[in-house]
Amino acid sequence: MGKRRRDIPEINAGSMADIAFLLLVFFLVTTTMDIPTGLQVAMPPISETPPESSQQKKREVLEVLVNSADLLLVEGDVMSIDKLKQKCKDHLTNEGRNPNLSSKSTKAIVSLKNDRGTSYKMYVQVYNELTAAYNEVRDEYSMRTYGKSYSELSPEREENKIKDVKAKYPKKLSEAEPVNIGVK
Amino acid sequence: MSKFKKDGGRTTPAINTSALPDIVFMLLFFFMVATKMRDREMKIRTKLPQATEVEKLEKKSRLHYIFVGPPLDETLGTSPRIQLADAFATVDDIQTYITMENAKKDEAEIPYMTTSLKADETVKMGVVSDIKQELRKVNALKLSYTAAKAAKD
Repeated sequence: MGKRRRDIPEINAGSMADIAFLLLVFFLVTTTMDIPTGLQVAMPPISETPPESSQQKKREVLEVLVNSADLLLVEGDVMSIDKLKQKCKDHLTNEGRNPNLSSKSTKAIVSLKNDRGTSYKMYVQVYNELTAAYNEVRDEYSMRTYGKSYSELSPEREENKIKDVKAKYPKKLSEAEPVNIGVK
Repeated sequence: MSKFKKDGGRTTPAINTSALPDIVFMLLFFFMVATKMRDREMKIRTKLPQATEVEKLEKKSRLHYIFVGPPLDETLGTSPRIQLADAFATVDDIQTYITMENAKKDEAEIPYMTTSLKADETVKMGVVSDIKQELRKVNALKLSYTAAKAAKD
């Protein structure tokens, strides 16, 4: 009698797969895969004093305007979107050479104005191009000075380098409150 | 002729399926780790615009979500609507919503809260600007234009 008790009967694991499949299907249905990604914007706090850009000299500001027909106007000239990045980079890296562009990279400002009728798609595209210009300019500067692109600098060990690049090319991308230019 | 043929010759041996649960569990754990819970029901369509310079948003707990887009239910028309949490809202509700959400968070976390704006690409900037103004009024200054990652050319 004692001998018989000792051998444990084998547990039937045949339905284990079914249970696991059930769980798997549950997780497949209730979860999503997408990690949120987006263009980061830091908005200025509300204040009564006029924004900085209006007190700046005209040459320091690169004016970008998007109208309700999604057309782009840069410093008064119509421009296609694929040329915007280069124009913005020229503005940031000008260092006083061209009298129409910025005198110093630390002073350069990009002002983005849009109409209430501008499509969000176009606006994001324009914003993306301007961000790309800043990122590329910073990358190039970082490459020249530290032999490493800006995005590869580690926030823990190379904090000073990051600060230096940021100070050299501060991201002054102002988004103006929209105006109604040519109401539909 | 059939001297060497056994009676049950036709029946194939049973496949050993004892490793099947292991495989399925492996898949299960992959999905548990790689995905996140779907926590809200979408009432509007948001076809995201594409951008190359997108950054990953850090912690999910430090995000507010605002959705803008045309309603999925076509009887409600096609003009863009705002969705906060699970319900339709207007621009005036944003301040209350952000304040309420902030009240649930740790006070130290509030300066790091980012608002993730998920807007359909057909939405006009007028609505977006109104939302931005409302966010500035409640001092929620970190904003993210949610966009899908496009390949760099």
